[in-house]
Amino acid sequence: MRFAPHTDDDVREMLAGIGVPSLAALFDQIPASVRLDRALDLPRGVSEMEIMADLRRLAAGNRHADELVCFAGAGAYDHYVPSVVWALAGRSEFYTSYTPYQPELSQGALQALFEFQSMVCELTGMEVSNASLYDGATSLVEAASMSRAGTRGRVLVSGAVDPRFVETLETHGKGAGYAPEVFAAVGGRGGSPEVGEDVAAVVVQHPNYYGVLEDVSAFAEVAHEGGAKLIQVFDPLSLGVLAPPGDLGADIAVAEGQSLGNHLNYGGPYLGLIAARMADVRRMPGRIVGETSDVDGRTGYVLTLQAREQHIRREKATSNICTNQTLMALAATIYLAWLGPEGLAELGRQCAAKARYAFERLTALPGVEPLVPDAPFFKEFAIRLPRQAAGVRDAAIDRGVLAGVPVRGGDGHGLLVAVTERRDRGEIDALVDAVGEAIA
Amino acid sequence: MDVGAPVRRQGPPGEGTIAERSRPGRQAFSFAALDVDLVEIPAAFARNTPPGLPEVGESDLVRHYTRLSQMNYGVDTGFYPLGSCSMKYNPKSAEAAAAWPGFARVHPLQPDATAQGVLELLWRLERALCEITGMARATLQPPAGASGELTGLLIMRAHHEAQGRQRTKVLIPNAAHGTNPASVRLGGYQAVSVPADERGQVDVEALRSLADDEVAGLMLTNPNTLGLFEERIEEITSVVHEVGGLVYYDGANLNAILGKCRPGDMGFDIVHINTHKTFATPHGGGGPGAGPVGVVEHLVPFLPVPRVERDETTAAYRLDVDAPSTIGRMHGFHGNIGVLVRAYLYVFLHGADGLEEVAERAVLNANYLATLLPGETPLAFPDGRPMHEFVATATPLEKETGIRAMDLAKRLIDLGYHPSTVYFPLVVDEAMMMEPTETETKETLEAFAAALAQAVAEAASDPELLHEAPVTTPVRRLDEAKAARHLKLRW
Repeated sequence: MRFAPHTDDDVREMLAGIGVPSLAALFDQIPASVRLDRALDLPRGVSEMEIMADLRRLAAGNRHADELVCFAGAGAYDHYVPSVVWALAGRSEFYTSYTPYQPELSQGALQALFEFQSMVCELTGMEVSNASLYDGATSLVEAASMSRAGTRGRVLVSGAVDPRFVETLETHGKGAGYAPEVFAAVGGRGGSPEVGEDVAAVVVQHPNYYGVLEDVSAFAEVAHEGGAKLIQVFDPLSLGVLAPPGDLGADIAVAEGQSLGNHLNYGGPYLGLIAARMADVRRMPGRIVGETSDVDGRTGYVLTLQAREQHIRREKATSNICTNQTLMALAATIYLAWLGPEGLAELGRQCAAKARYAFERLTALPGVEPLVPDAPFFKEFAIRLPRQAAGVRDAAIDRGVLAGVPVRGGDGHGLLVAVTERRDRGEIDALVDAVGEAIA
Repeated sequence: MDVGAPVRRQGPPGEGTIAERSRPGRQAFSFAALDVDLVEIPAAFARNTPPGLPEVGESDLVRHYTRLSQMNYGVDTGFYPLGSCSMKYNPKSAEAAAAWPGFARVHPLQPDATAQGVLELLWRLERALCEITGMARATLQPPAGASGELTGLLIMRAHHEAQGRQRTKVLIPNAAHGTNPASVRLGGYQAVSVPADERGQVDVEALRSLADDEVAGLMLTNPNTLGLFEERIEEITSVVHEVGGLVYYDGANLNAILGKCRPGDMGFDIVHINTHKTFATPHGGGGPGAGPVGVVEHLVPFLPVPRVERDETTAAYRLDVDAPSTIGRMHGFHGNIGVLVRAYLYVFLHGADGLEEVAERAVLNANYLATLLPGETPLAFPDGRPMHEFVATATPLEKETGIRAMDLAKRLIDLGYHPSTVYFPLVVDEAMMMEPTETETKETLEAFAAALAQAVAEAASDPELLHEAPVTTPVRRLDEAKAARHLKLRW
């Protein structure tokens, strides 16, 4: 199967036009010593029906959330994706285009990104956003870079922040010349950072890795007293019912945006959200869309503040991001417009109610306790099982339930359970039965 | 057109933002009735003011974003010769397969035993990419090319640290893409520019004089950013190796050499691939991409985790994080898997024979289009044989008529095309970088060249047409200075 449309006559005529005798002659400038003198060691090409059969076999090798009821979260959630989202984001005028270098031909994507930025600001109560980053973890990296300046280089991270975010920060810090410092969580909650004059930012997650609601304002106060910025990692779908980062004193808010109309996709493509104060707009990474007008005075949109970016600043740029996650941001925009403020609130109420029901029933099982006692939570919580959590999870899978994600660290008995609006009472009861059986 | 006559806008009407369609109480959402008891959100944590999201019905939502899609130009709309971006046809089969629940509805933290299919896919794709590039192992985790670059530089850094060496500089050709120097800085190195010679090739003597024991490595595309194959590539990689540096291959132009030659055989140590360029995963309006990174054997210990491993006795696949020398994690989960599913389809659909044909037809198309260039916009480096793309310059036209590359680009829009890349690479004045890709017909190339010739002729006969262009689009030329001066970044 090929997509190159040339006929033999085409090839002949084109070679004649170029003035070379053969296709091989077009590669004459490659020194013979580096040419591959054999075919690539790959199978020969196949038809579409054959490759689709191969992919069907591979897809069939995976359990998935249509048949394995999903209570797994830890950063990726099985929220319902309405049909309208990908019916629109899947239009090929969008997905076969590229970064809008010619704005007159890209007003659709540019305007959608302007709407995305607007909705992220509305959602977070922050002043400015961008056209998306790769994912939640790398958004935290960008937020840390934004914060670091002059003698303020240290980044303090709560021990209740998602460990995969911390690991991603550690990797990126190796090049930038810093190592994130984790301050211990106390009883599943944020902990107490000591913010000296060399601290750039304090990072707290709310709801945190264990699902616990944090007192973000208190962290913001501590950070600000020490002259540092407060970075909050947030859950976008909590913001119909939970106070937004902008109200809690966050200077920069970052999130994994997958839950906004994007499928689980085994970890990606997702999108990173970042929102900040207008005073920091020139330190924001990535593409930013601005409204302007054309020569006739008509409203239009362009990429703006490009002097921040790698293609202008080159080695002086503070971020190297170029291609981001525009299509995922488009899906998020459509999804948020589908929800509207009331849908977002209803979704939040349903998640909170169903998670509470699951929590009450699970912790009523003999030997099952909350991992963090007396902690308020939103849609995810951690329980302590009388056995190794991975074994309980595996046993529950045999009953058609993905019960959750084993908590990192500790003695292996912790299980994170996420309950979205998509779960019904019967499924939650099935979860409880499956866990009950596995620990009996 | 009469000089001074008002330009008549011919494009479709604009579309207000979704917020302008909003009416209080209108809704598109629906949920199942709540079948458990409501709970109160503790007042200390509750939101008091709802967010200002739009309130619209579903039909309005559909009309709005359908209208926006109609205001967007993609490869499916028409010819898109954007140099350096490989805007080739994106197979529909790849879209269909990636949407199957067996890929799209798999949670990233499911146990490995329940994700054997996708792990096998990643394992096979990794091996195929290594064969194509001549590398030993690869990570599929970086979510974009720029992330791949940084991954490579962090591997370079880890390598020198493991050798107990302090290195400070990374060499980059002056024509390089902006992500290269930005990634170098994020990798903790200083970028040092290497000039090109008058033929558009790396100036090897200048490279020799810059290569000292402070050099951690060299980043290079080949074919280079001017679309020319670096004929002294073995000398170049040797010069860097002799001072203990590593050579990094930026895979932006890999499309030109598939099955013809391999970075590993040229002496490169680290390679990144843009699947959204070479392997036809859709560009998405600016992402998602994927930037797998391959390395030679001695750098394998530094690859990011998790890695996909296969137990040779049980043939079971697993995600492995046990790698003491790893640079760590580049992405929150395992990378842009949905993109990699599409890349897998493309690689194995084409196979060894089809991939080589991709390179041949891409180079054929670029060379053929180059022969059709008007004399006023010639090749910037006429002595070199273009590979899959070339850089033309509008300098002769500009000198003659004052019409610039950007004016030509805007006129091409009115003539029905997405223009080439303009003003990149920065080292060529009035640059027009054209990459037709292999999926275009001879007729399309000829029609585009005719449109370019028409625009060039109009530069002399009717320059207003070019100054005023475009007029067929929903908006005409936009005031970028105003956008930056009076920041309006949200409604």
